[in-house]
Amino acid sequence: MSASNDVSTSAMASGRWRISEVVFWVLVLACPLLFPSRYLIMTDILRLALFALSLDLILGYAGIVSLGHAAFFGVGAYSAGLLALHGIINEPVIALVVAGFAAMVLGFFTSFLVIRGVDLTRLMVTLGIALLMEALGERFSNITGGTDGLQGIEMQPLLGMFAFDMFGKTGFWYCLIVLFLLFLLARRIVHSPFGLSLRAIRNNPLRAAAIGIPVNRRLIAVYTLSAFYAGIAGALFTQTTALASLDVFSFEKSADLMLVLVIGGTGYLYGGLIGAVVFKMLQEVFQTITPQYWLFWIGLVLVVIVLVGRARMHRWALWLPNLVIRRLAGRKAVVVVPESDAS
Amino acid sequence: MTTLFTILFDGVAYGMLLFVLACGLAVTLGLMNFVNLAHGAFAMTGGYVCAVLVNQSGWPFFAALPLAFVVSAAIGVALERSLYRHLYTRSHLDQVLFSVGLVFMSVAAVDYIMGSSRIFIKLPAALEGQIDFFGVGIGRYRLMIIVICGLLTVALQLVLARTRFGSRLRAAVDDPRAASGLGINVPQVFAFTFAFGCGLAGLGGALSAEILGLDPYFPLKFMIYFLIVVTVGGSSSITGPFLASLLLGIGDVAGKYYVPKMGPFVIYTIMIVILIWRPNGLFGRTATR
Repeated sequence: MSASNDVSTSAMASGRWRISEVVFWVLVLACPLLFPSRYLIMTDILRLALFALSLDLILGYAGIVSLGHAAFFGVGAYSAGLLALHGIINEPVIALVVAGFAAMVLGFFTSFLVIRGVDLTRLMVTLGIALLMEALGERFSNITGGTDGLQGIEMQPLLGMFAFDMFGKTGFWYCLIVLFLLFLLARRIVHSPFGLSLRAIRNNPLRAAAIGIPVNRRLIAVYTLSAFYAGIAGALFTQTTALASLDVFSFEKSADLMLVLVIGGTGYLYGGLIGAVVFKMLQEVFQTITPQYWLFWIGLVLVVIVLVGRARMHRWALWLPNLVIRRLAGRKAVVVVPESDAS
Repeated sequence: MTTLFTILFDGVAYGMLLFVLACGLAVTLGLMNFVNLAHGAFAMTGGYVCAVLVNQSGWPFFAALPLAFVVSAAIGVALERSLYRHLYTRSHLDQVLFSVGLVFMSVAAVDYIMGSSRIFIKLPAALEGQIDFFGVGIGRYRLMIIVICGLLTVALQLVLARTRFGSRLRAAVDDPRAASGLGINVPQVFAFTFAFGCGLAGLGGALSAEILGLDPYFPLKFMIYFLIVVTVGGSSSITGPFLASLLLGIGDVAGKYYVPKMGPFVIYTIMIVILIWRPNGLFGRTATR
């Protein structure tokens, strides 16, 4: 058997759908039936999940720590908003893709800055890009509406058939379908040889380069892809809420996003989705306690997670589900392992 | 011509201030390769300590400055011993998450205790107004900043270059393993340096309240500036961050004066150009380990 065959068989084996994954998506589908009155918050969770998925692509698979992922979210949000506001592209689905591409272009050009230098330089560059986008938004307030944001966005019906209703039912299904399609794409990508090479780069860039992986080109590619995802998440935000303001670029947004991903765990794609649910629940709880000082609790959660240890925390969280899986499917069942234990 | 000198002067004052604020970060980064985004929180602590002492307890400004240093340094060493030291061997992602968490907590806590509006420190009359120097108006406060920060820089350089502690510190920065093999107590050197860096940040925070503005969001607003100083300047020596701070200060002031419409873009443009030209910082090697 040749080496390439080995790679493809093992990639296919790890890319097979597991029962737990099917259960997860069935649960997601069950949500709108269980909570028919909570479409708005569920839509919120879906958008956040897609955004976290985009960060997972670069953080979990390529090891790029970004403090400014909100830049791409914001570009997507404003592109979608401006396209709808000026009636350039009235069809939301096409506008969504165009907004994604706008963020992708920014991602492609900034990736050349990001791949240079070490972690610290990356932190500075990503943070700088997000701040720069925020400053641009403020500077050209005649286009972006400044601190007031874009106002009076009217969304046309989806595909000319499904109008956005005030309960957010259309918005929810729209977000869910987009999330699922993009998730499938991401899943296909990370289980491909391309995805495997990204993991090699994350674990050791020097060795990855030594076995012939074009490190910089791979990083540019995945960063651009991630920017596309973030742009789509931003566009979904604008399309389902009919607003876009400068908040979309803020540092808090990028930091919240990291928290979402860290809660859920990096490097297995579901982290962002699970993290988004937990994060929104935490937000609900804390905001009822102290609406004004919610930032303090976010900070505390971050500090505690790091001090306890991300891997240990995920082992605790997975203990019960794994127990159930073992009981149901026998000792040799495939169980979910935290990122640090996975090879 | 006179405006040029005024801009240069203000820029130097601004840059010196940034240096005092950020040099502690450069040293901790070089020494332990620890990404501490919470450095600005210590600066804010110093600023608020000074503000409370001067405005509410009626201390003289110059007596409150050393106390700002001491309180920030004490908090710094307490946090270093209790929390930070567990994280030196962890990944950069963990360090970033942890320090961002600290920043958020400090922002919300200060907001809760002191309110969210900007705070001003009452300055002694001797520091207000301008001095006319060959037709160039020089702000007294900025002159004082240049004097204090200049003296501090010289003192730091002398301590690093001439004293036994300085040579230990440099050895530890160059190669922590070899240094500890030679019997240098690296964790102790680090704890001391960390505390001193936090103290300097606190002093810088107290001095900067007048120029940069002091409110609970200070650590977030100036995070990027500290990062620029450290990445552009490198962390192998103290001269790199110093020159980077001056460049940043002068660039920012000049940019805001000559092209006010461009706002912060001047700084980011300088940053991007430098990074394309020298990815590892302008001066020498950075923390590449």
